[in-house]
Amino acid sequence: MEIQHVNLKLHLRHSGVVDLEPLIPIFHDWVREQSCEETLVDVADYRHVPAGPGILLVGHEADYSLDWSDNRLGVRYNRKARLGGANQDRFRQALRAVLTTCRKLEEDGRLEGKLGFESREFELGVNDRLLAPNNEETYASLSPEIGCFCDGLFGRNNYSATHQSDPRRRFSVLVQTPFPMDRSRLLNDLSP
Amino acid sequence: MKASNHLWKERLAGDIDEPLNREIDIFETEIDLRRQEKVDERLFAETRLRRGVYGQRYDNGQRHDGRVARSLEYPTANPTKGPNTLWDAPGMQRIKIPYGGLNGAQLEVMAELAEEYSDGIAHVTTRQDFQLHYVHMEDTPSLMRRLGAVGITTREACGNSVRNVTACPFSGVCPDEAFNVTPYAKALSRFLLGHPDCQNFGRKFKPAFSGCSQHACGLTSMHDLGAIAVTRRENGVEVRGFELYVGGGLGAVPYQAKLFDEFLLPEQLLPTAQAIARVFARLGEKKNRARARIKFLVHDLGIEKFKALVLEERDRLPEDPRWKQYLSEALAASGEESPQPAGDLSESGSPEYRQWLKTNVRPQKQTGFVVATITLPLGDITADQLRSLADIARRFTPDTVRTTVEQNVVLRWVRQCDLAELFQALESAQLARPGASNVVDVVACPGTDTCKLGISSSRGLAAELQHRLASKSAEMDQAIQDLHIKVSGCFNSCGQHHIADLGFYGVSRKVGGYAVPHFQVVLGGQWTQNAGSYGLPIVAIPSKNIPEVVSRLGERYVSDRNQGESFQDFIKRTGKLQVRKLLEDLAKVPGYETDRSNFSDWGDPREYSISDIGKGECAGEVVTAVEFDLAAAERQVFEAQVFAEEGDFQQAGETARGAMLHAARGLIKIEFLDVPDDRDEVVKEFRTRYFDTEKIFDPFAGPKFANYFFAAHRSSGNGHTPESSRRLIEEAQLFIEACHGCFNRMGLVPSAATA
Ligand code: SF4
Repeated sequence: MEIQHVNLKLHLRHSGVVDLEPLIPIFHDWVREQSCEETLVDVADYRHVPAGPGILLVGHEADYSLDWSDNRLGVRYNRKARLGGANQDRFRQALRAVLTTCRKLEEDGRLEGKLGFESREFELGVNDRLLAPNNEETYASLSPEIGCFCDGLFGRNNYSATHQSDPRRRFSVLVQTPFPMDRSRLLNDLSP
Repeated sequence: MKASNHLWKERLAGDIDEPLNREIDIFETEIDLRRQEKVDERLFAETRLRRGVYGQRYDNGQRHDGRVARSLEYPTANPTKGPNTLWDAPGMQRIKIPYGGLNGAQLEVMAELAEEYSDGIAHVTTRQDFQLHYVHMEDTPSLMRRLGAVGITTREACGNSVRNVTACPFSGVCPDEAFNVTPYAKALSRFLLGHPDCQNFGRKFKPAFSGCSQHACGLTSMHDLGAIAVTRRENGVEVRGFELYVGGGLGAVPYQAKLFDEFLLPEQLLPTAQAIARVFARLGEKKNRARARIKFLVHDLGIEKFKALVLEERDRLPEDPRWKQYLSEALAASGEESPQPAGDLSESGSPEYRQWLKTNVRPQKQTGFVVATITLPLGDITADQLRSLADIARRFTPDTVRTTVEQNVVLRWVRQCDLAELFQALESAQLARPGASNVVDVVACPGTDTCKLGISSSRGLAAELQHRLASKSAEMDQAIQDLHIKVSGCFNSCGQHHIADLGFYGVSRKVGGYAVPHFQVVLGGQWTQNAGSYGLPIVAIPSKNIPEVVSRLGERYVSDRNQGESFQDFIKRTGKLQVRKLLEDLAKVPGYETDRSNFSDWGDPREYSISDIGKGECAGEVVTAVEFDLAAAERQVFEAQVFAEEGDFQQAGETARGAMLHAARGLIKIEFLDVPDDRDEVVKEFRTRYFDTEKIFDPFAGPKFANYFFAAHRSSGNGHTPESSRRLIEEAQLFIEACHGCFNRMGLVPSAATA
């Protein structure tokens, strides 16, 4: 089964309310510098929407956001354009984009440690209900590929993958690790 | 853009009404043809607009990043989607929701579309539509098919067409209504959709229905066609009819609709609307967009002549069986009563619940049932919330919700006894914000966030005001809580600033050579009586000082108002001069080097700019003189308002005219210091230097504002009525804004600032 439009959210540990305001000038700078792989277009501020997209960096091929959906803070990558290669390559590209975003934000002095990037889980999904309806068949079909991807990242038996089965929501799998992810190592492993 | 785009057609075959299916097929073909550049870009632009596919900010590929204007490098340079509109640039999809009515299945599809084609947010507009932003051109046919499968069309959501037919969200359940207008709105919407007589308008045409004249829900006075439900007794029998209005509209210069018929029988509604459409299509302005709305035609002809032409046209119309058929079908399908018996209201509960009951729940005319309003911040709702809303609508209502012109959603037919449970369900979906339709519930158009025409950040300001007001709402005086705040990003009034107690619209000003986002403060508008009267701008204040404007005016109102005095009456009694004095210090902007906060807008840290054009040569003190002239012209407009307020309409009109002349002279001086005082000479010089060269042309409105100036000059010597002087004041203000815009675009800066 070929999938496109991978949507990946890395959940961040946080306590209480997090002020996302400092993200706005940072994302504007990224648009100015065109500092991602994609053509970056604009920044949208959705802080007023509860459990919403937070601060969104709108791109042509993909969007990035510091997102509050499900009332959980995370860095999301939403691939809009098609991507060549195999499904594994698309998973890798999405996770790499998220981890690179975390690294860039972590290195940006304007956040002054306001955001922690420790994470033990990510949600790996497909933003297309026709290509990947959220049902058992899709899960059965994609599960080996997701397993293969996660085995490569964390080693067999070092993670769990749970299908998020609400049929009205987009297909996604929650991948959890018992320990905080080593983001530098992962980024290294994911380099093209 | 979506890999699945080619699959939806097959997947939904049989689920979409055949005519709509065919229309979408044709639209898909038109997209292909444009991709091959076999269709002219202008034609394609109007084609997509008529399917609700709209442009969005930066779609010309130019974006100012706070330092310079840069090109956005999209993969596909050609073709364009329209003049200056790049193919790959994301756009907005407007989705028509007649009378704002939706069911659970439709809400669920809206959620899917928001996630898959947009940014996860659906936005409710001030005309009960939905909008999705950042949508790609190629995705629109799939999006339309998915909507079509649940009975929604985007046809004629934009473009020169009949736009969404709006109606009171409380129609059918409101205790004050004459009768339920929903079936009539439904029938009219169905009848005019794609009607051949509505395909040749010079501009858009917006109809609205209201169940009564005293409330604001339908806002009929500001619509091209407004129908208010009325009844009368004939031979002891109650007969239904409509008070029909025509030629209202906000936009740059607002017009109150004129009474066309005080009692139009329902069976005459569709043929009369058709006849109006024919007269508008035949006689309405086509070339000059600025005068192409029906309000200008009605004004130019006079309502009596217009009415005579329409009635003649109506008599000539060939009988159409749909006039009756659509009405009777809509009336037959109009019942949505809750099948379950109603119970008692429980008022005990948490303070949050009681507060929500107070502000968001109102009784229905049907005993035991209530309407609950869901306040959406800036009209935005997430995909997850839309799904929760679908569940809530199914559980607590007969599977129905309505969007409102205040960018909210209402749940009708809620049993009183279910309110506590409903509140819990809304709370868990984070949809239980209190403050419906009060001061915290600020309305805003998209403004600079996504609108191509935005000048200031209406949503940024609205979010800031909501945030500040919400934190104080518990201790606020009731008089303040009842106020309405509405914000537009520019003079076009999509945020309906003219009909708010406190209205704001975006303008820009130059301070020390740098652009500063401002808002004009518009006071005196009336929200009730279907938008009974319009406010006027009194002073432009830097964006960052607007929250202080709100607080000062609010405090002064609370301390100085007479018993029961409305805000509108309070402003009138206080006088614009005093109000302006109260705000005058807020109009000042500290220099760029002292405090840069004013030089960016709310929620956008980029240094503010409305221009992608680089700075031109320095013109030193001449520029200072221009700024001085423009400021003086603005002062004159204000004086004109004061004259009007005092009932001296002649003086008001003349002063407004003088203000235009002053502004024009200011601009001429940039090129010709010795400009004479003689009026005719000023007009001549202005025409040669700024009109013929198109320098004064607004990037979007073209020559519109300059034409106000010429028209004012042509009519000098004519007397002034209250209405004409009021219009001249509005036009003078807009002409001065255009002069500011022209000056900004010229990129002239004082020598000190360029050093
Ligand atoms: S009022 Fe102006 S900025 Fe706001 S949506 Fe309308 S055109 Fe755009």
